Amino acid sequence: MNHAIFERNSIILLIGALIVVSIGGIVEIAPLFYVQSTIEKVQGMRPYSPLELAGRDIYVREGCYNCHSQMIRSLRDEVERYGHYSLAAESMYDYPFQWGSKRTGPDLARVGGKYSDAWHTEHMRDPRSVVPASIMPGYPFLDRTLLDYSNISKRMKALKELGVPYSDEMIASADKDIVAQISPDTKDAKALVARYPKAQVRKFDGQPAAENVEPTELDAVIAYLQMLGTLVDFTKFDASGPNLR
Amino acid sequence: MQDVLDERSGLSDSLALISAAIIGAIGLLFALAGEEEILRLQGLIMLAAAVAAGFYVVTHPTNLRQEKRSGYFDGPIRVATIACVFWGVIGFLVGDILAWQLSFPALNFDLPWTNFGRLRPVHTSAVIFAFGGNALIATSLYVVQRTSQARLPGKWAPWFVVWGYQLFIVIAASGYLMGVTQGKEYAEPEWYADILLTVVWVAYLLVFLGTLKDRQEPHIYVANWFFLGFIVTVAMLHIVNNLALPVSFLGTLSYPLFPGVQGAMTQWWYGHNAVGFFLTAGFLGIMYYFIPKRAERPVYSYRLSIVHFWSLIFLYIWAGPHHLHYTALPEWAQTLGMTFSIMLWMPSWGGMINGLMTLSGAWDKLRTDPVIRLLVVSVAFYGMSTFEGPLMSIKEVNSLSHYTDWTIGHVHSGALGWVGMITFGAVYCLVPWLWKRQGLYSMKLVEWHFWLAMIGIVLYISSMWVAGITQGLMWRAYDRLGFLKYSFIETVEAMHWPYVIRATGGVLFLLGGLIMAYNVWRTIRGDQPVDVRDQPAVAAAPELRPGVVAMPAE
Repeated sequence: MNHAIFERNSIILLIGALIVVSIGGIVEIAPLFYVQSTIEKVQGMRPYSPLELAGRDIYVREGCYNCHSQMIRSLRDEVERYGHYSLAAESMYDYPFQWGSKRTGPDLARVGGKYSDAWHTEHMRDPRSVVPASIMPGYPFLDRTLLDYSNISKRMKALKELGVPYSDEMIASADKDIVAQISPDTKDAKALVARYPKAQVRKFDGQPAAENVEPTELDAVIAYLQMLGTLVDFTKFDASGPNLR
Repeated sequence: MQDVLDERSGLSDSLALISAAIIGAIGLLFALAGEEEILRLQGLIMLAAAVAAGFYVVTHPTNLRQEKRSGYFDGPIRVATIACVFWGVIGFLVGDILAWQLSFPALNFDLPWTNFGRLRPVHTSAVIFAFGGNALIATSLYVVQRTSQARLPGKWAPWFVVWGYQLFIVIAASGYLMGVTQGKEYAEPEWYADILLTVVWVAYLLVFLGTLKDRQEPHIYVANWFFLGFIVTVAMLHIVNNLALPVSFLGTLSYPLFPGVQGAMTQWWYGHNAVGFFLTAGFLGIMYYFIPKRAERPVYSYRLSIVHFWSLIFLYIWAGPHHLHYTALPEWAQTLGMTFSIMLWMPSWGGMINGLMTLSGAWDKLRTDPVIRLLVVSVAFYGMSTFEGPLMSIKEVNSLSHYTDWTIGHVHSGALGWVGMITFGAVYCLVPWLWKRQGLYSMKLVEWHFWLAMIGIVLYISSMWVAGITQGLMWRAYDRLGFLKYSFIETVEAMHWPYVIRATGGVLFLLGGLIMAYNVWRTIRGDQPVDVRDQPAVAAAPELRPGVVAMPAE
């Protein structure tokens, strides 16, 4: 073939290069939106509660993904160390996904319920007080900072726009739900759990729960960590059978 | 004809002023109505930049007739060269701080803006986009003018590319420190910074194409194919991977369009090709110009460079899924990613051979010219990391190496060895050429830089091999009873000494960078080179070389 045509015409060279570099991406990415088996439906998945979502946004803000993965690979040692391998459906509401690429610290895909709230509180304040050899930075500022959730319903609206099944009711009661999740044994808390099954309700950061207590950033982060990997019930999950929601 | 040029001069000034006004207006809006403190601050920065730019444009009206007579347009290239050195030192410094934080966690100081999680994007963006990006802008705009024998078009567009790019860097980095991030590796800047970069990048493409259009040579030189491929592909990657919906147009937070599996695939399609196009194709453009120029030998094989170009850009784009082996990404995609990654070994080594063999008949220069040595060693590192990459993309190898520091070591053999060394070589070539000097201030200092960087890289890579393979083996070790042998924290403890060695290597690499900054500064200042006799003729600016101007008698 005569290569001169590319060498003598910058626009033809440009178009040629553009075509050549488009093919791989189109073949690998486009089918993921259409092939049904990419994300098999699984019972138990639901959108994040407002407090969990706020916690997740802080997790992203602090760059936790730089050291912690949330993706358990289908390898024997990983399944034994961290639990059932991660399913595609488990990150279907993750904007952005937080699979990570490096495990300076352990995987967090199923960290929910592994440690107590008190442990998390201590660990966030001073990681080496509970794990002496830890090299994690301390986050003592989280429980000193009140959670700013002024735009939480706007965040949920944006996510709804992108495909997360938040109902109008969920969005309308977002502010109430944030406070409800740290106020156990209240009517609002009951309504929250009805909207978000398996949502855990308590004052996560160890400070006493009371009326008119505003959540801290630490409440949100621990609420998020404590629900990670807990939505799908793997005692009932059958990888080969139907798991329709 | 003169009327047309006058008209165009006026148009150029008006367009520049309009652009400045638009950026200033957006800055003012953010400064006054931004919902977060950081956005208001960034609005002020944008406003200040726009006012300064507008003021400069008004006080320096364009006269295209005069511009056209003045030869190549190198002002913006000089700025990008200095920016490359400046951001390089910052990026190495932050990287080394991170390395010490991993060795001694107290260095995080438990403050939001000094924690590892927020500093790491500052490091990666500073070295990839600020150091590497400025190197690419400087070299590509230099090379395209020389090989086309044409001047960059217009007056303000090249300046907009360079200063707009610096503005993007400042906005991105200041955001990271305040927790403004999209949470996607190497694509952390939020939506408004992404839009700014897109505009700057389109201007960059147009400036590059405009120069090619005006070229006096019928053929486009091979380095420009790589530069053009890099610019176009990075535009595509950047736009698709950063598609996002802002929560508010007066706030920093946005959510990406694609979640979970699709998000991961898109991100690593982007992420791996940030390596493949930003850090490889673009820098191959540097290789194809600076090695032949400095060695004063033609490129080894024309045919090989054609095969190299098309096969490299075709294959690279498929390699992303090798970052997602054994994950919830469908297996067919993983297999495709692995297959193409292995195939990628061939064009990579074809390119390496083309670069190295250009030295044919001039190998003695490795001994006498440390700048050539930087350029050639970088190509050797390119060969090494493009062998290691396909190896690590094999699923069975990846099951061990993924999530460990082996990956970090691999990245840095490419980043420090290939990208770093070839950039240093190109900067040492460019500075005397751009500032019209007899040579570099000191070749001896280049020699120091070379060895410091070299030892630093060896310490870095070897300690990360040890760390990564140790950690991978410990994670999967079982005891005699069939239980996992090590808790996670034991594998963290085992990393301590490799991390200290890595950080020490980083200090050496940083020292090399500081020496370069000093040498470049003395050269630009116009100090008489201390060892001009030890420097090859090609070290001097073209107009000062023997043959052009008579050499003084010995």
